[in-house]
Amino acid sequence: MNKVHISIDGISLYVPENYTILQAAKEVNITIPTLCFLKDVNEIGCCRMCVVEVKGSKALQAACVHPVREGMEVFTHTPKVMEARKVNLELILSNHDAMCQTCTRSWMDCELQTLANKLSVDTVRFTGDKKRQPLDIGVSIVRDPNKCILCRRCIGACKNIQTVAVIDTMNRGFDTVVGSAFGLKLDETPCTNCGQCINVCPVAALHEKNDTDRVWEAINDPTKHVVVQTAPAVRVALGEEFYMNIGESVTGKMVTALRMLGFDKVFDTDTGADLTIMEEGAELIDRIRGGGKLPLITSCSPGWIKFCEHNFPDMLDNLSSCKSPHQMFGAVLKTYYAQKEGINPDDIVTVSIMPCTAKKFEAKRPEMEVDGRSDVDIVLTTRELGKMIYDVGIDFPSLGDSDFDNPFGEASGAGAIFGTTGGVMEAALRTVADILNDSSADNFEYEEVRGLEGIKVATIEIADLKVRAAVAHGLGNARKLMEAIEAGEEFHFVEIMACPGGCINGGGQPLQLSDIRNWVDVKAERAKNLYKEDRKMFIRKSHNNPAVKKLYKEFLGMAGGKQAHKLLHTHYAPRKNYED
Amino acid sequence: MTQNCAGCADFQEKSGQLSKIIAKYKDTQGALIPVLHEAQELFGYLPLEVQRQIAQELDIPLAEVYGVVSFYTQFSINPKGKYQINVCMGTACYVKGASEILDKFRTRLSIDVGECTDDQKFSLDACRCIGACGLAPVVTINDEVYGKLTADEVDDILDKYEDR
Ligand code: SF4
Ligand code: SF4
Ligand code: SF4
Ligand code: FES
Ligand code: FES
Repeated sequence: MNKVHISIDGISLYVPENYTILQAAKEVNITIPTLCFLKDVNEIGCCRMCVVEVKGSKALQAACVHPVREGMEVFTHTPKVMEARKVNLELILSNHDAMCQTCTRSWMDCELQTLANKLSVDTVRFTGDKKRQPLDIGVSIVRDPNKCILCRRCIGACKNIQTVAVIDTMNRGFDTVVGSAFGLKLDETPCTNCGQCINVCPVAALHEKNDTDRVWEAINDPTKHVVVQTAPAVRVALGEEFYMNIGESVTGKMVTALRMLGFDKVFDTDTGADLTIMEEGAELIDRIRGGGKLPLITSCSPGWIKFCEHNFPDMLDNLSSCKSPHQMFGAVLKTYYAQKEGINPDDIVTVSIMPCTAKKFEAKRPEMEVDGRSDVDIVLTTRELGKMIYDVGIDFPSLGDSDFDNPFGEASGAGAIFGTTGGVMEAALRTVADILNDSSADNFEYEEVRGLEGIKVATIEIADLKVRAAVAHGLGNARKLMEAIEAGEEFHFVEIMACPGGCINGGGQPLQLSDIRNWVDVKAERAKNLYKEDRKMFIRKSHNNPAVKKLYKEFLGMAGGKQAHKLLHTHYAPRKNYED
Repeated sequence: MTQNCAGCADFQEKSGQLSKIIAKYKDTQGALIPVLHEAQELFGYLPLEVQRQIAQELDIPLAEVYGVVSFYTQFSINPKGKYQINVCMGTACYVKGASEILDKFRTRLSIDVGECTDDQKFSLDACRCIGACGLAPVVTINDEVYGKLTADEVDDILDKYEDR
């Protein structure tokens, strides 16, 4: 890469020629304020919060998109710059519904509040009209147009990264809003509930549908036995809600906190993931050996499932019939566990703590019940759990560690890595290899399916088979991979996760400000710690999990058998896009 | 009302014509706007089913198509009547009582802004300044301009069109 000489506030530096002024300034420890800019998601330079003076050009320039040039002289905090930024922000604030005290975003970091502090905005010199528009409250996602500052980051996430494109800017001038076609509710569009729009919103204009009240109600009802399970990705992110390090693993503290909140039992969704591997592994072997429909495509990401139902209805038979891990586990809790503990399943309330907003929608699907009982009653996001802990005054970082409850106890490392892209694939390969080789392999870390490359392809030799595998994460990548498959590219096994990076970056995970996301790969930090969790585990393959073995022996029978099918499998149907 | 019905024979036939229009522009840059113009000429307005077809066949997300339609005032998502009433709500007209005039049209026709009467005769819209501020308040019905209007005159004007 060629480099150029520039100076920023009188400091000379030598930077790659493809840098923006924003990146160059960071090299000399100056963080220029930004609002609409979010690396890889929205790089359109529309808010002008990041303006700087460039010697020789009359107008102020947007540092987030303006490239450096040889000999350029930049000034980042002249009076003209500071005043322009302030005016910009005051204009946004003048018609913002600034009720911070009652706002869902104020306990976490609101980027608008942070900016106002940073620019020392103490009065707003303009009075703008404030609109009152109705909220769009969906099963998973809530949009509050009154808080929207029109930065368009959500559009970047939905349209460019996810290629779902159900939100865009509508109308013009003062009437401009971000919304869906014909003012439809998100639930009436092909929205996948992935929540990636929430993750990028700088303010409270997008958030999950809050279900914590229902959980409190269940906990406070003495007739209810409330069991909670936590997904793998939650444990490497929950700490962030309490300003711990990004990706820091807090499994033991999380279990302690859940008991303190009053849950009767605390279980690990990793056990459900181990179950999924047993079933999906059996399904894969069955389809390869028995000439079934290939490729087999994973089905544990409900955002991906809905996307597939809308966009690839002809390939629904390729989806694994396996329910997602927490749904499987929910079904087991209301049958096997209820019987074993002598509890009436109607008195059990199953709560799932998930990194995911789409799982709220999934849990409500009619396909997800056994004998008229829903597998999972309430889904909370990592953020909602963080808020519950915060609300009752638990000092989370100071908590000691506890273990998950029996009869399920500790799960396998294979279950843990489900939370990151490539994890389901690797977990399945570990089990399928041992079954087909009829032995226990010592080499079971499949590096070729790890990492954050958008689409990963590998050929893995197992016994007499050459398994062609592909892994995609983020729905834009999923679309590309599916189109390749439609065009004839052949695979045996395909893993797809709706969220970029997999569940670690799910739509329910702690929000990180753009000032952090622009410089640190939050996904990579969280994934690293999940692989560490895996390495710490005594058992690292799903089929060696003693609780799972016992479950099959005492209750489920064979993997892929009749009882397993009734509880753990389901089916999907095509969905129309924008029905009348 | 059959005009909104996507299943009726008339719509199906027009839908075929729309496909031809789309095919004509498909490979040119900025195809969306000319397609929308011709589609509006064909259907009279741009309802969901029309925009959905355009989105599909041009391979542009519906939200983006709708974003463009709602940006330009010349596009309409509601059917237009034989007589299209436009009440100017620009500043000059507004201060001279345009909202009373608009209300009068609303109650007399029993429709809201953006709607069309059941017999397809009248549709009602509010618009920005049309540049005839000297005549404020101003109303246009198709190509005819009515200036310095009062709410009392609305009935007479409408009667005239009813009889046509
Ligand atoms: S979005 Fe931020 S600035 Fe706006 S009301 Fe909420 S906390 Fe306050
Ligand atoms: S939840 Fe996902 S699909 Fe739905 S609007 Fe947000 S980003 Fe788009
Ligand atoms: S909803 Fe949030 S991300 Fe989307 S434009 Fe509004 S403020 Fe920006
Ligand atoms: S224009 Fe640079 S952050 Fe918005
Ligand atoms: S304001 Fe009505 S014509 Fe100008």
